[in-house]
Amino acid sequence: MPPLARIPAGRAVNQPMPILIALTSPIAAAAPDWQKTFFEIVSGHAPDVWERLLASIALIAVVFIPSVLLLAMFSIWWERKVCAHMQSRPGPNRVGPIGILQSLADGIKLILKEDLQPSAADPILFRLAPYLSFSPVFAAFLALPFGPNLTFEPKLNAGVFWILAVLSIEVMGVILAGWSSNNKWAIYGAMREACQMVSYEIPLGLSIIIGVMAAGTLNLVELGHLQGGGIHTWIVFKNPFVFCAFFVYFIASLASNKRAPFDLPESESELVAGFHTEYSGMRFAFFFFAEYAAMFIVGSIQTALFLGGWNDPFGLIGYHYSQWIADPGAHRNGLILLNLISIGIFITKAMTIVFVQMWIRWTLPRPRIDQVLYACVKVLIPAACVLLLGAALWELLVPSWHQAKLIENPLPWFNYHPFSWADWAKGGATTSLVVQAILALIGVAIASAITLWVAYAFLTRRTTHQRLTEAEPIPEPA
Amino acid sequence: MPAILALAIDAQTVAAALFYLFAGIAGASALGVVLSRNIVRTAVCLLFTLVGVAGLYFLLEAEFLAAVQLVIYVGGTLILIIFGVMLTSKSPFSHFEPKAGEVVVAIAACAVLFSAMIMAIRSADFRPQSLDTTQKYPVVALGQALLGDYLVPFELASVVLLVVMIGAAYLAKGRKRDDKRAVARGAATLSQKARQWS
Amino acid sequence: MELILPIATNPIIGLNHYLVLAAFIFVCGLLSMMLKRNAIGILMGVELILNAANINLVAFNRFAHAYSPDQRPMLDGQIFAIFVIVLAAAEAAVALAIFLNYYNNFNTIDVERAQTLKG
Repeated sequence: MPPLARIPAGRAVNQPMPILIALTSPIAAAAPDWQKTFFEIVSGHAPDVWERLLASIALIAVVFIPSVLLLAMFSIWWERKVCAHMQSRPGPNRVGPIGILQSLADGIKLILKEDLQPSAADPILFRLAPYLSFSPVFAAFLALPFGPNLTFEPKLNAGVFWILAVLSIEVMGVILAGWSSNNKWAIYGAMREACQMVSYEIPLGLSIIIGVMAAGTLNLVELGHLQGGGIHTWIVFKNPFVFCAFFVYFIASLASNKRAPFDLPESESELVAGFHTEYSGMRFAFFFFAEYAAMFIVGSIQTALFLGGWNDPFGLIGYHYSQWIADPGAHRNGLILLNLISIGIFITKAMTIVFVQMWIRWTLPRPRIDQVLYACVKVLIPAACVLLLGAALWELLVPSWHQAKLIENPLPWFNYHPFSWADWAKGGATTSLVVQAILALIGVAIASAITLWVAYAFLTRRTTHQRLTEAEPIPEPA
Repeated sequence: MPAILALAIDAQTVAAALFYLFAGIAGASALGVVLSRNIVRTAVCLLFTLVGVAGLYFLLEAEFLAAVQLVIYVGGTLILIIFGVMLTSKSPFSHFEPKAGEVVVAIAACAVLFSAMIMAIRSADFRPQSLDTTQKYPVVALGQALLGDYLVPFELASVVLLVVMIGAAYLAKGRKRDDKRAVARGAATLSQKARQWS
Repeated sequence: MELILPIATNPIIGLNHYLVLAAFIFVCGLLSMMLKRNAIGILMGVELILNAANINLVAFNRFAHAYSPDQRPMLDGQIFAIFVIVLAAAEAAVALAIFLNYYNNFNTIDVERAQTLKG
């Protein structure tokens, strides 16, 4: 398989603005550059198969599982804070500095709760359902590109599709939970939820196809490398159809996650608690964790596929990484610092999407199930089909920098200096560049408008002050 | 100790362990499908069989096919089957037992078939390729093949899916309204008879 | 059992392992089709048979000769398997529609009750 980053000989590397390079190069160069892996440093030889196996197991047990759980717990706390501030109240603020240990306290409480099981419930299926709901979400983390060298499985050629596939298994967990509870409200919730999740997988898949068509690869790591040239190379700005497909994907992912406003399965005011009515204690916690981890996964698919993955808007990470690939012996730029910054950027972007999901949850009312299915079948699927047609025609008719096939030219933006019109015109990509630039400006405008609006709302919110003393008695009318 | 472990665990052993894991899941769940009396448990065993087969596809370097299997089979067909189970089962535990004679004949026939297949496999000379780990099946090639060499089956499959969608919607829709009373009378008679027998 | 032993004790996983497993799943599916009286159980047997055939196809795709004369990877088995999966899904949909009709008419899902044509 050809290497992912290969600079054609004799061409200048795509350079972001020189002032940015001048600012960031000292930082990158100052970071330590450990080329050998940790294992080689400790033992002095390259790891064997069984040592790699043990290292993988240790990585999963020590790094992967705790960080997924920490992410889920942070999301739960953040959701409660967000919803509270939107409702002009403080939210959890007792446990820990700003209530940040609230999720930990909730977790401890749930572990200590009694494990109930209805007597008429099917024992094996009742116990199996939470794990069936939670394990696919764990498996989906396998393909996520947290950094250029930080993917659990970078050679997964069908990365995006793999995540879609394991998220389909989650539906089975929900159905089994509802069925095995032997509770008619749980069965109602499970049936409605399965119907909704399965219907919304169609516009989900169609909008992913649109993004993949614009990018040319299903491998999430290659997608990240592709978007390393700056904000105009992000896939969401590639053509207007992908731009609209991003929003279609966002709506479909809300419904596929059983997330409000499509949260009929757990509609607390109607169905007690939907499909997890009969679950208590740690089993309920599994469903809860699965939902928040799935929110993060969906956010990170959008980040990796549409919003540039681990790259910053100026293309600096792509530039420094390409420098490192071209000349690893020079030790000029720190690969580890690069990867750490990439993780930070990726998680920030994914959490922004999660924040928008939470924001929508606490703002919009809940439609009925037939309205939900109407929205899917009569609005989103035709929209996704039209966008698919448009994106396919765009790829055929409009020449772009994607002329060469990805296998031969893995990083096409390497060849085109972004501020050299002649380079782009030579490649026959002027239309594409103009469209990308316009869409990027629109995107930046929307994003900054939303950020400023959120900041304004947060700074001018009405806060309530806690009453720690008795209120003054109302004076008796004389 | 590291030397002994190095002898015991190498790439072949890990590959064999993974194969036996997924094959065990698939085989045991297939057996569970046959032996289980509760139809919902049968469906769950079928779920594990499909997931095990998807794992085997990963081992056979067919990643895209494994994802297709999970999406379509588990996320589509199995959900459909579970919906069918829930709409048509009166109680989770079925009272349907095959007669003992049928069981003996079925098991005998299947044992004969199984032995015949194993003998055929062992006596055939398939001349398999050596395990060339550099051989990959890029998804790009799959897409090019589907829209290139295999375009006609692709289009035919889409026509088949359209026909199936229309047919299934029509079949599951139910009777027309003007025929309703006649059909209701016929259905009442049939259900009366069914209640007598069951 | 004595037939499988030489295959099972071979440490290198080869084509035969996958073929034996596929034969086993095929036989399980066939048993399920023969022994189950619930119509949906029969449908599950059909799905098992189709999966066994798919394992065979993909295993042969992996272990057979890799490259066609123009050095493209051989993908016939995987393409065939994709079409089998798609058509199995289509057939399951139609089968379930038929079973729902059957249940509406006979008020039971037991296939032994379909005896109205009995003379």
